[in-house]
Amino acid sequence: MEILMAFVIGILFMCATYLILSKSLLRIIIGTGLLSHGAHLLLLTMGGLKKGAAPLLGEEAPSYTDPLPQALILTAIVISFGVTAFFLVLAYRAYKELGTDNMEKLRGTEGND
Amino acid sequence: MSLLHLAIISPFLLAVLVPILYKLFRKVHTGWFILPLPLVLFVYFVSFVSATSTSQPIIESFTWIEALGIEFTAKIDGLGLLFALLITGIGTLVILYSIYYLSKDKEKLNTFYVYLLLFMGAMLGVVLSDNLIVLYAFWELTSFSSFLLIGYWYDREKSRYGAQKSMLITVFGGLSMFGGIILLYIMTGTFSITEIIAQSDVIFTHPLFVPALLCILLGAFTKSAQFPFHIWLPDAMEAPTPVSAYLHSATMVKAGIYLVARMSPVFADHALWLWLIAGFGIVTLFWGSFSAVKQTDLKAILAFSTISQLGMIMSLLGIGAAALHFDGIDDKYHTIATTAAVFHLINHATFKGSLFMVVGIVDHETGTRDIRRLGGLMQLMPITFTLAIIGSFSMAGLPPFNGFLSKEMFFTAMTHIIDFNVFQLDTWGILFPVIAWIASVFTFIYSMILVFKTFTGKLQPEKLEKKPHEAPIGMLISPIILASLVIIIGFFPNILSVNIIEPALSAIMPEFLFEVHISFWHGFNLELWMTIGVIVLGTLLYLSLAKWRKIYGLFPEKLALNKAYDHGLLFAQNGSLKMTKMYMNGSIRSYLIYIFAFFIAILSSVLFSQNAFKIDLEHAADVRYYEVLLVAVIVIASVAILFVKSRLTSVILLGTVGYTVALFFVNFRAPDLALTQLVIETISVSLFLLCFYHLPKKRNEERMAFKATNLVISIGVGAVVTLIALSAHSTKLFESISQYYVENTYTEAAGKNMVNVILVDFRGFDTLFEIVVLAIASIGIYAMIKLRMKGAK
Repeated sequence: MEILMAFVIGILFMCATYLILSKSLLRIIIGTGLLSHGAHLLLLTMGGLKKGAAPLLGEEAPSYTDPLPQALILTAIVISFGVTAFFLVLAYRAYKELGTDNMEKLRGTEGND
Repeated sequence: MSLLHLAIISPFLLAVLVPILYKLFRKVHTGWFILPLPLVLFVYFVSFVSATSTSQPIIESFTWIEALGIEFTAKIDGLGLLFALLITGIGTLVILYSIYYLSKDKEKLNTFYVYLLLFMGAMLGVVLSDNLIVLYAFWELTSFSSFLLIGYWYDREKSRYGAQKSMLITVFGGLSMFGGIILLYIMTGTFSITEIIAQSDVIFTHPLFVPALLCILLGAFTKSAQFPFHIWLPDAMEAPTPVSAYLHSATMVKAGIYLVARMSPVFADHALWLWLIAGFGIVTLFWGSFSAVKQTDLKAILAFSTISQLGMIMSLLGIGAAALHFDGIDDKYHTIATTAAVFHLINHATFKGSLFMVVGIVDHETGTRDIRRLGGLMQLMPITFTLAIIGSFSMAGLPPFNGFLSKEMFFTAMTHIIDFNVFQLDTWGILFPVIAWIASVFTFIYSMILVFKTFTGKLQPEKLEKKPHEAPIGMLISPIILASLVIIIGFFPNILSVNIIEPALSAIMPEFLFEVHISFWHGFNLELWMTIGVIVLGTLLYLSLAKWRKIYGLFPEKLALNKAYDHGLLFAQNGSLKMTKMYMNGSIRSYLIYIFAFFIAILSSVLFSQNAFKIDLEHAADVRYYEVLLVAVIVIASVAILFVKSRLTSVILLGTVGYTVALFFVNFRAPDLALTQLVIETISVSLFLLCFYHLPKKRNEERMAFKATNLVISIGVGAVVTLIALSAHSTKLFESISQYYVENTYTEAAGKNMVNVILVDFRGFDTLFEIVVLAIASIGIYAMIKLRMKGAK
């Protein structure tokens, strides 16, 4: 299963990179979203996907899945959500102020002169 | 700190007081306050004369940076004393001259004298330091103060150009010298020149010997304006004339000579030393004298003349090194080159200093230095004319002036090169006397131009800005003293030999015992006939100057070194600008491509060069069919984002990916993750949709443009991530620490949900700052939406 997941993560990274290299600001943000999904799945996969009970002691199972990567991912999800939200509003403000989402046109002051 | 240290830093201390004196006593010319210092220093250094000629050098040490072995060691031996006397003696005369040369009402005298004192202190530090690092520090301070002095009239374009040029070239050489110093330290473990000389056997066989030699020589050649680094000196003539007289004839340009003489006991055994110094020196001698004839500006003539004479001293120092390969101390021909170098060093300082002052007087009294506009000043300025005659004839090497004696010794040294059968001198050595003789002819010609084009011929009052008249007596004192020295040394050359020249020579070549006796008249010999030949041919050429001067026009301007320098500088500027513009193009896509490309290149090369890639299927979990289904959904959804046209669809597809990730979390037994992911994905998608709702609707939605580079880069990134994930998973080095959490979650932290206990108990700090992140994000969003700069568009 880890082998398969490694390929899935690779594809997620590939799509994310392709989107990030595009001209449209929104596609770049979508790309970062895909990238964080890939990273979260990578964390989970690297922690090992061995079957066991969910990390709840009430299950009283002989073995549990690793709780540490889950805690790390939870933190990462919240942080990436905060950053994505901020980015989205930033993009929205950039549209309002500059009237474009084409990154090739957003080249700082020197290129516009 | 001894009195000697105080003497070295006294110019700096006085420099601090100069602005105060200038502001307090506006009625008095500030120079009068400066004048006593070099005079006192000169007298102080004279008191060392008997000590250095009879006994060991005087060494005073003062701790500076003890941990690095850098001590401010001041050492007075014959060579250092000779230079110290030149610096303070000519310094006194130059300051006296500048009092009359610079107007106290029009010029900013405070800055002038601060710079000049800085320079004087730095120069004293260079010649009296025994520690190479201290020497280097003072060396750069001379470059720096020279830069300030050349750019003294900073509102003139040419002054700034000259200052920048001299700064770039001398600092280039200074840095290279610093490299040489470091190499010497690596070889010997000390910065002390005395100790380095004591270890010269170690250095000679060390593999770093040649690099150190080249680095040190580069420093000396740039400072002393040797070919092809001489180009800064003519442009440095934009400085006030007292500065040119002091820095660019008598002192700073001799710092390179000093360095070569000082390091001779370390390097002179090597053939490279001899050939480089003698070769570059003789080329500089010829090129300087040849170019001087072309000039029409008096100071430019003197600048090229200085270059030429420095080349002569340098070549003599190089040839002198050959003496180290003979035991015959008795044979005076072996040591005559070095003797001539030191003797001419003194002579050049006297006559060149006076000539610069004479040119300054002419400039001051007529308003021009252009020899095409000058002429017939003989009757109007008789004293200046006499001084010019003395200086120029001495420079040309005519009897009975001191230049004659050193030129004769120069010819003696050059004609006896062939006797040295070392380093192929017996075959190629014949070139030296020939070039030297031709260069002397040109020296004769420009010396004559200097005097006769300025002072004889027809007066052209309509071309002059002022009505010419004799200079005030105060301005004439300094050149008169220097010219008297020219004559006194000319008639009584031995007054200096025992006390000054011999100690200096034994510092340059410690193996030899010197008994210098310079005879005023040495009979009819080859050298005298050579001088007569110089005078005859020189006179003929001078008289027919108008006919053959055209050959200077034949020389292609494009090949001139100044052009090369200017083009080089421009090329460096434009080149770096082009290069920066090429990769700093302002497009974020390019920068991302660089970053991703390096990511791929570095990671994959490490992965394969270390043979780190491997797949281990043994520890992998089984694959269930519904997992394959989820995989298919997530792959299809994410790839589809790349192809859809509408923004709305791509957001929905992103949501699909997010929900599938949540399903993965469910499948991989991570309930808290699944919950959070579901909620957050919902909010994210809503945010996206909210964002779109407010977007301007004008633009046509279109499919992403296909770019092959993007595709290659993204496939590369995906592949590298996959490969590293596979390799990392397949190399388990040790067990996870999670067993601890499983065992202690309930007993230690009183909770059954391990993930939550880790988040708030075991690793609660992470959570604290994750909350901070959310808080900052929300405040940031609020600020972005609400706050507007007043007055912005």
